[in-house]
Amino acid sequence: MSFIEIKKTNDFEVLYIMNLSLMNISARSDITIRHSAMNNDEYHQLNTWLYNIAADRDKKAFACLFNWFAPKIIRFGIQKLNTETSANELLQETMSNVWKKAHMFDADKGQATTWVYTIMRNLTFDMLRKIKSNREDTLSDDIWPVAESTMVEDDVFSDHLLTSSLAQHIELLPEAQQTVVKYIYYRELSQEQVANELNIPLGTVKSRLRLALAKLKQQMGESS
Amino acid sequence: MIKHHPKHELLNSFVEGSLPASLSAAISVHAEMCPICAKNIAMLTEQSASNAFSHDNHSYSDTSSVKQPADYIDMIDLITQSESINEVSEKAPLEIEIKGQTYQLPTALRSMSMTGWHKMGKLSRTRLNLNEGPLHSSLLHIEKDGGVPSHTHKGFELTLLLEGSFEDEMGTYEKGDFIWLTGEHTHHPHTTEGCLCFTVADDALQFTQGISKLLNPIGSFIY
Repeated sequence: MSFIEIKKTNDFEVLYIMNLSLMNISARSDITIRHSAMNNDEYHQLNTWLYNIAADRDKKAFACLFNWFAPKIIRFGIQKLNTETSANELLQETMSNVWKKAHMFDADKGQATTWVYTIMRNLTFDMLRKIKSNREDTLSDDIWPVAESTMVEDDVFSDHLLTSSLAQHIELLPEAQQTVVKYIYYRELSQEQVANELNIPLGTVKSRLRLALAKLKQQMGESS
Repeated sequence: MIKHHPKHELLNSFVEGSLPASLSAAISVHAEMCPICAKNIAMLTEQSASNAFSHDNHSYSDTSSVKQPADYIDMIDLITQSESINEVSEKAPLEIEIKGQTYQLPTALRSMSMTGWHKMGKLSRTRLNLNEGPLHSSLLHIEKDGGVPSHTHKGFELTLLLEGSFEDEMGTYEKGDFIWLTGEHTHHPHTTEGCLCFTVADDALQFTQGISKLLNPIGSFIY
């Protein structure tokens, strides 16, 4: 018979939770979301800015988005990282990621605030890990992986693709996006095949397709 | 079917990013296999985001040091100078081989560096180098018909079953089960088909040294 002894410590916040913790048999399914003070117009505004950044590299939209998030990220950063310098670093890194990843945001999958939050939370996690454990291994991307985008639902678009009006809209897309759309819908290649044929990363195919479809949706919406 | 899940408080700390990497990874791996927890995590994340970005949260009141938008012009310029965009990179999964069996590690564990395997009878263990003070994270492999002698825990021991199954006095555990044990539990796990686990425990420093080590080699070996 052997005993495993464990020393108490306060190094990590989690240890407080552990003291409360017994074996947990069933998962809760009763978590509900409290409604925040934000209204629909505001959510819509954030989505529009993100869309404009992704589609047009719109610096004005980025400045607006930046000013909306900046004081809140600073507040979060000071709470979690304790210094204003770290909070500023968090702000710069978070918004820099937003600028470079805006094309990956999918309004159908969640709120803009949730998307920016996960970027901010991941950066905070890596920064804290650097401070506490002296490690620069940026594990956050593996712990909270970006959900693989399966945003292209064939049945949503395939019926309409042959209509001439959509064909006209496709012609208006930037050339790189146009090529991807045509390969996938006209030549019926898989995303992997398109990546091989064009010799570009699969991620690029996915992001071009996403941008193209977002643009098409918007244009079709406007003209109908 | 997965029967053992992380507590609500753990999920909450997980979405806030305030758990150590070892436990964050364990919850991430569990959620990859458990749609119920994945859904709860999604809702809690939305809740945390909404709290962090709400207007009515004025807990940071030192307004004198909050910069005005004009001060951010330089930062905005710097960020928007960058022409590059990030692509979703698809990293290859990491495979490990132990005792003639090959396992594909979950995403959350694939970038963690490991020590070599230490083997003792049917047990094999590799430590993950996370440098989290008292928390020790390991991969533990038990060959079929192997087990761990009866033991208890003064702190905690988390076992996340990655492959296979095992049973103890309290029941049978299957792939994906998130098993959190404390000093209240004494158990004697045994596996019929063999299993691979990710374990996190807060280890006693005094326990790896001196006479207790002689008395209890298996404790310091496993956790």
